[in-house]
Amino acid sequence: MSEVIKIKKGLDIRLKGKADNVFGQAQLPDLFAIKPTDFHGVVPKMVIKEGEKVKAGSVLFYDKYQPDVKFVSPVSGELKAVIRGERRKILEVVVQSDGQNESLDFGTGDVASQDRDAVVKKMLEAGAWPYLRQRPYNIIARTGDTPKAIFISGFDSAPLAPDYDFVMTGKEKEFQAGIDVLKKLADQIHIGINDDAASKLYTNISGVETHRFRGPHPAGNVGIQIGHIMPINKGDVIWTIQPQEVAAIGKLFTNGKPDFERTIVVAGSEVKKPAYFHTILGAQITPFIKDNLNTSENIRLISGNVLTGSQVSDDGYLGFYHNQLTAIPEGDEFEFMGWAAPGFGKYSVSRSFFSWLNPKKEYRLNANMHGGKRAIVVSGEYEKVLPMDIMAEQLFKAILVEDIDKMEQLGIYELAEEDIALCEFVCTSKLNLQKILRDGIDLMIKELG
Amino acid sequence: MKALRNYIDKIKPHFEKGGKFEKLHSTFDAFETLLFVPNTTNKNGVHVRDAMDMKRTMATVVLALVPALLFGIWNAGYQHFLATGQEADFWPMVLHGFLKVFPIIVVSYGTGLIIEFIFAQLRGHEVNEGFLVSGMLIPLVLPVDIPLWMVAVATAFAVIIGKEVFGGTGMNIWNPALLARAFLFFAYPAHMSGDTIWISGLSGGEGIVDGYSGATALGAAVTSGNIDKFSLMDSFLGFIPGSIGETSTLAILLGAVILIYTGVGSWRIMLSVFAGGFLMALGFNAIGSTPLMQIPALHHLVLGGFAFGAVFMATDPVSATRTTRGKYIYGFLIGVLSIMIRVFNPAYPEGVMLAILLMNTFAPLIDHFVVEGNIKRRLKRASVNA
Repeated sequence: MSEVIKIKKGLDIRLKGKADNVFGQAQLPDLFAIKPTDFHGVVPKMVIKEGEKVKAGSVLFYDKYQPDVKFVSPVSGELKAVIRGERRKILEVVVQSDGQNESLDFGTGDVASQDRDAVVKKMLEAGAWPYLRQRPYNIIARTGDTPKAIFISGFDSAPLAPDYDFVMTGKEKEFQAGIDVLKKLADQIHIGINDDAASKLYTNISGVETHRFRGPHPAGNVGIQIGHIMPINKGDVIWTIQPQEVAAIGKLFTNGKPDFERTIVVAGSEVKKPAYFHTILGAQITPFIKDNLNTSENIRLISGNVLTGSQVSDDGYLGFYHNQLTAIPEGDEFEFMGWAAPGFGKYSVSRSFFSWLNPKKEYRLNANMHGGKRAIVVSGEYEKVLPMDIMAEQLFKAILVEDIDKMEQLGIYELAEEDIALCEFVCTSKLNLQKILRDGIDLMIKELG
Repeated sequence: MKALRNYIDKIKPHFEKGGKFEKLHSTFDAFETLLFVPNTTNKNGVHVRDAMDMKRTMATVVLALVPALLFGIWNAGYQHFLATGQEADFWPMVLHGFLKVFPIIVVSYGTGLIIEFIFAQLRGHEVNEGFLVSGMLIPLVLPVDIPLWMVAVATAFAVIIGKEVFGGTGMNIWNPALLARAFLFFAYPAHMSGDTIWISGLSGGEGIVDGYSGATALGAAVTSGNIDKFSLMDSFLGFIPGSIGETSTLAILLGAVILIYTGVGSWRIMLSVFAGGFLMALGFNAIGSTPLMQIPALHHLVLGGFAFGAVFMATDPVSATRTTRGKYIYGFLIGVLSIMIRVFNPAYPEGVMLAILLMNTFAPLIDHFVVEGNIKRRLKRASVNA
């Protein structure tokens, strides 16, 4: 067994509304959507028109810049709508399910005897390729690359995140099959395991290297794990994938049909009964929140977790990579002298609020900014919650002045938005650091390709 | 509070663009956000935020200054009655001190905030909270007998030249409050040094008891070569003449505890300033060729503005180094230079002010080398793996 890697910096935000390991009952919705905005840098080109019939696995659109990379329908039915935003940018591709759940068949065959190209081709055709994302940049893997390794984080340490031990129970075989497929793509496969959990699933998997991590969030972020095992240098490419997606790939190769079933957790202080749900990728969230929300005030619904997720409306859809739906109060109200109050019920890493008297308390945090945007004043905040040898503040400043050399030197290749989400959480100046980092990454892609 | 909120909402349109008080928008906004934390919510990025904001940060520093301020008010009265040889109880001393100190605070805040509001309006941004702290720091580093117009001029200089020309809070190179003091020190030296200015009433020519000198400990050490009059304990507790807020090391340390415990002030800087000053003073003790070199190391740390500078001035995050490693170097050098200036240049017994301003200037350079170190580690890792 590998030795335990201890993460000291970081922060577990204690939120109310954690789900117990139980399943809730919810009907499958009629509508499903793939949101091109979930895939950074992808410019979608529609393949079919509204009203055309699709099966699970039928191509909906492909990426203009990587036409091989196809995005497929998760269910059978017909293409209901292509929702566009400003400048006709495609936001949502909505499929109406016919309830039959018919799938295209991509054929079975022994993985061991197939070569890399065949595996890649099958994943591309069946819409499984977008599961693979590359570091640096955290964008969909490029088909031509051969990665140094594939990393899988076996747990999620974000606030109210799903417990993968529970989610993956019963999926051991598919997971192993998926690993066998991934072995065709990269020589090394690394899995980061939560040292504080049983993690039975991962201990019996063959063909992988496991690493045990202990410590607060972001210990479960794959980027942090890579940083501790195989830090990314200029020119390195590492691919990442999530456990449920590995199992989906395993299923695709064993029975020939693309698998879009997912288990998600619905949690947060405004959820009446936080629980896990079986559902399908891209599902409309309506069934999960029907009669399941406290409705005393405005509520913010988030596909994903409170740090990195995206806001969705109550008839919105789950994001492609999200295994979580979170509901918190919106908090769009004024607070009298809020900055001067003793703050027994306020959550802060600084101890200027008296809530430090009660370290075990779980909080009902809302989406209020708690202040206005300012220039950076306080120093050393970011480093306390970023367990990497990266000078975050200096990196952000390099990005703001668009100094590509400095960005590279200060380690922009090693970071994705989720890794610095906690920096944004603690930032006294209320800056949008994830946006700043993404702008920097975009600039890198544009300038260096 | 509902009524107040409704009233604000009612008058708000007048201050928006096109309203009749459009020019007062920043001022209105400052007061509105002071009374009510705004209802803005996170749009992209994180959905929840730490409750800490700039107002809270600055308010915490002001809170940490309160012990030094209260002691300073009492001490102003105490020193006055001591010097004039009158008997007085606790409350008359406080009253005397209050009447002396309060106008200085009012002038400092008044001048600074008016300038801040004007700049915020011209630039079209929100009023920054930085001056909440500077406005309190400036009175605390001034002698109690300072003419009020000088306070106003120095504050205006500090805010305009020290801060706003660089872009406002967060952009300045030097600590604005120290800049105000340095400005006065060089522009009006007669009012910033000597034997009479540290105790209220002396410069006005009130009668002094025989044999009494109003010099500070450091001033006395320079002229007479001994500080016997200022015992270590008196200096630590603060029963000595000096700038309003700097005399009581105990009150300052109370503030330090607040800053460190809340995480607002950097303990790294404070610790290394004291360490640097102590070691330097020990070194001078070993040489011991002048009276100032012979002041015991521990005594050095409780005299003059050393403790105040270490706790409240050096830790200003904007003008200090921003890297963790840099903070140790920065603080240590401030400590060393403070004592060095004090000992070698008797014309400037307040070495700590100059030392901090000097290190403010070099802070970006220190940071540069720390950042270069990080870059080199990354490059080295890349070439080892390649």
